Amino acid sequence: MQEHDMSWVRTEMALAQPAPARERGAYAWVRKNLIGSVGDTVLTVLGVAIVLWIVPQVINWAFINAVWTGPDRTVCTTASQGGIQPDGWTGACWAFVNAKFGQFMFGTYPIEERWRPILVAILFVALLVPMLIPRVPRKGLNAILLFAALPVVAFFLLVGGVFGLPHVETPRWGGLLVTLSLSFVGIAASLPLGVILALGRRSKMPIVKILSVVFIETVRGIPLIVVLFFASVMLPLFLPEGVSFDKYLRALIGVSLFAAAYMAEVIRGGLQAIPKGQYEGADSLGLGYWQKMSLIVLPQALKLVIPGIVNTFIGMFKDTSLVLIISMFDLLGVVKQNFADANWATPQTAKSGLIFAAFVFWLFCFGMSRYSMYTERRLDTGYKR
Amino acid sequence: MKHIAIGILGAAALGFMASAASAGTLDTVKQKGFIQCGVSTGLAGFSAPDDKGDWKGIDADFCRAVAAAVFGDGTKVKFTPLSAKERFTALQSGEIDILSRNTTWTSNRDSALGLDFVGVTYYDGQGFMINAKKLPGVNSALQLSGAAVCVQSGTTTELNLADYFKKNKMEYNPVVFEKLEEVNAAYDAGRCDAYTTDQSGLYGIRLTLSAPADHVVLPEIISKEPLGPAVRQGDDQWAHIARWTYFALLNAEEAGVTQANVDEMKTSTDPNIQRLLGTEPDGKYGADLGLSNDFVVNIVKAVGNYGEMFERNVGSGSPLKIARGINALWTKGGLQYGPPIR
Amino acid sequence: MASQEILREEPSRGSFINDPRIRSLFFQTLVVILLFSSIWWIVHNVIENLQRLHIASGFGFLRSRAGFDISDTPIAYTSDSTYFRALVVGLLNTIIVAVAGIVLATVVGFTIGIGRLSQNWLIRKICTVYVEIFRNIPPLLVIFFWYSGVLAVLPAPRESIHLPFGSFLNQRGFYLPRAVWGDGSWLIGVALLLGIAMAWFVAHRARQRQRATGQQFPVFWTSVALIVGLPVLAFLLSGMPLTFDFPKQSTFNLTGGFWIKPEFLSLLLALSFYTAAFIAEIVRAGIRGVSRGQSEAAAALGLRSGPILRLVVIPQAMRIVIPPLTSQYLNLTKNSSLAIAIGYPDLTATAGTVLNQTGQAVEGVFIMMIAYLVLSLVTSFVMNIVNARMALVER
Repeated sequence: MQEHDMSWVRTEMALAQPAPARERGAYAWVRKNLIGSVGDTVLTVLGVAIVLWIVPQVINWAFINAVWTGPDRTVCTTASQGGIQPDGWTGACWAFVNAKFGQFMFGTYPIEERWRPILVAILFVALLVPMLIPRVPRKGLNAILLFAALPVVAFFLLVGGVFGLPHVETPRWGGLLVTLSLSFVGIAASLPLGVILALGRRSKMPIVKILSVVFIETVRGIPLIVVLFFASVMLPLFLPEGVSFDKYLRALIGVSLFAAAYMAEVIRGGLQAIPKGQYEGADSLGLGYWQKMSLIVLPQALKLVIPGIVNTFIGMFKDTSLVLIISMFDLLGVVKQNFADANWATPQTAKSGLIFAAFVFWLFCFGMSRYSMYTERRLDTGYKR
Repeated sequence: MKHIAIGILGAAALGFMASAASAGTLDTVKQKGFIQCGVSTGLAGFSAPDDKGDWKGIDADFCRAVAAAVFGDGTKVKFTPLSAKERFTALQSGEIDILSRNTTWTSNRDSALGLDFVGVTYYDGQGFMINAKKLPGVNSALQLSGAAVCVQSGTTTELNLADYFKKNKMEYNPVVFEKLEEVNAAYDAGRCDAYTTDQSGLYGIRLTLSAPADHVVLPEIISKEPLGPAVRQGDDQWAHIARWTYFALLNAEEAGVTQANVDEMKTSTDPNIQRLLGTEPDGKYGADLGLSNDFVVNIVKAVGNYGEMFERNVGSGSPLKIARGINALWTKGGLQYGPPIR
Repeated sequence: MASQEILREEPSRGSFINDPRIRSLFFQTLVVILLFSSIWWIVHNVIENLQRLHIASGFGFLRSRAGFDISDTPIAYTSDSTYFRALVVGLLNTIIVAVAGIVLATVVGFTIGIGRLSQNWLIRKICTVYVEIFRNIPPLLVIFFWYSGVLAVLPAPRESIHLPFGSFLNQRGFYLPRAVWGDGSWLIGVALLLGIAMAWFVAHRARQRQRATGQQFPVFWTSVALIVGLPVLAFLLSGMPLTFDFPKQSTFNLTGGFWIKPEFLSLLLALSFYTAAFIAEIVRAGIRGVSRGQSEAAAALGLRSGPILRLVVIPQAMRIVIPPLTSQYLNLTKNSSLAIAIGYPDLTATAGTVLNQTGQAVEGVFIMMIAYLVLSLVTSFVMNIVNARMALVER
């Protein structure tokens, strides 16, 4: 009883006091984040000025004044240029993008055959989505279907010439179809090539090692344009008389070799990160080189570098736009080609077309980079245990 | 997975690879069933894809004419768009069977580049275009000293330009682009004072500018630009077929054979027309070339005669409205002259 | 190596097929045979193709007259110069745009990168938007944007924007007065070199003194005084041998003065703004990679925030930053080949023209490859030296 009188011990935690008023609420946030000091305030004012200067202009141009539909250039030109808009009007000409949308997606792929690329796209998405969601099982089967079966099916579907499908020659392919197919096939081909090169670079066999290093460093040292020039003007001379490659295939070879060198470096990073114990463990089990690599080392190494692989893929996706320099028509190429259409020649055409292309590229790249960050975080937690 | 991927690549390679026996272009072409024709990436009037992706223009039609001569069917032709830089390699390597891409015939190209020019389907000359609204008072190329001139790289145009300004002791700033679209865009944006290319091209390009009426083509022609199709060197049979396709187009115009009347003309008793259309009793002029005897009929049915081809693509029937000028037949004071078929 | 030594002493494994050394030897021989036979095959095909098609070969064409003009010529060049000189002009242009681009990209990139770590919410967001936009669109598109943007915004030559100091801005480019140095101007150059040498010496001595005695010396201001002051003094003493060549209006364009063309300007801006987005990310990662304890410890030692950043955080961040920065510099150099799309006469563009005029594709592509390889190697080499100086000196 006496203890009770002696002292009083509090058995539950005291409730936290609310923070002082000046540290709470919107004002405190503003004070902390926007006007912390004189310099900060100046920066904020500057930032607000920039935002106020740019954003209304952009919104006005891209949405409020924009023309969304129309038959030809008259809807996007001012009266003095022979159109229907009042003088002094500027706005995006989305009508141009709208009218040319089919071309931007498929190039000059015959209209009645366009269900084929659409079907391929549906198959691609159907296989890709479960591949990207970590919880969906049967990744191995999925990967084989995506990287091995899909290209075969897509090849026959897109090229045609069999099963009663009319043949569509590759110069008629274009737009996003070329961008996506080049970069996807490029990545599917560069991944195994990259693995071989990375293993070669870490090989104990001096000749194999030197060859891998020379290849990787040479390709990494020259710009993709030069590789594409190589593929478009030099490769044909390397082949015996009468044998020639399709230009699309040549670009594909160029892009794949280029990406393979970068991929090899990414994978090498993963190989180096695998502790020596794993190699030694595999050796002690009596596994041969290929068994050791394919069963023990590569699965771990590749998993480690998934973000790097995705980043290489983003780079490659962006780089496919360079094929327009060897006069192939990827998305950017088709968009630029259509600037020459007299029906749509307006001062706004080029801007609108380029912004549309930029938006499509941005959408894909941003999506991929977000996914890469997501896997990075997921893999991180795996290692923290 | 690796092996499968390599397998796919191999399969794809086979699918895309066009293998040709070294026997001769005619045989290979007959075997594969179509002619692969190299064209530009888009030059109105010469070779440009329309909204549906069909190639239109004189150069494209010439390939159709060759296809009609070989197969009797002008649609058996596939087009490969090529940049100025790629065009020669594409022909040399066998990627295309004929290059019909507003290409100037020069001695160097005939010799050192391994080409064989078939003839001159369009006599052109290099000219200049300026924005008359921005540059009032300029009405001659000789007033262009100090001007910025837009030009496409890797063409004879670029060389002629340098020579012309040097000869006339004038200064200029070249603004050189790789592709036609880029030259057009830069000129339209006002990057240059003048645009130089083949005069026919200037008329076509003017249509695609945002204010075509502001621009004028200056009168000077500073070079000879005989544009024509080319084939690979060393295959005489194929070169003859291409060459006589061109001459057949000219002869048909001279004889008054048109797309509309070609079937009636077959009954003509004029020996000249009989030889031309292969209706002469024991004539085998077509067979000697490796073609059918009525190859000219097929050509004219497919694309019409030279005059029709011209008017449809660049002349009065087209937005370009270029006059025949020196491209008229020799009988009408022009330079187009077809050796006789006999 | 050690494991191989042991292997050698082991008794035979029964069959030589299973001997790793023999396997490796066999495999390597196979690779070499394959390589050489494919090289032989290619060379054979090339020679045969060239002969069959009567295409000239060899590098003799480098000595013939080029015949075409180039818009930006850092060295004297006319259409009468040789192909070789044309290629040199192209190479110099590539180097100029790459170096200028690297400098500008670094400045913008560091600014944006630090901005992303700013206390200021708005600045942070603006920088994030910048990075996310530029990282995710192809550089070629960025170049087109800048080019069409530059051309669209600027006025025609006759309505040039007048800027201070007799400079002009219009669609044809940016015109600045050009300095023309008169007699005796070599003195200024000598003074500048002298100033740099003295500044270096002062810095060296100051460092020694600080180590020995702990006393500090205002090195920065002394250096500025030496490097700027000496040449100015020389300039005044030699009687101000400097005149300016101002751009003047002529029929079509401005003539005279120093002229930066819009192609160069937009390529430079596009390359550096594109690369800056990547550099910003590298810088951010680098600064965040320095553990908080470092700056807290420095603060505990009584350093103020300026010196903490300068002496503690940045030197450590640089170690993380430099290797990826090097590859960004290499990327920028390689991306400068996109100049071809907007007509800036860099190496790829001039070599492409030469290739097309001569038809010698093999030689043309070969020259391009070698030139870019050398450029890449030089950049890597320089950055490796910087890296070695920055790297942690461990005991």
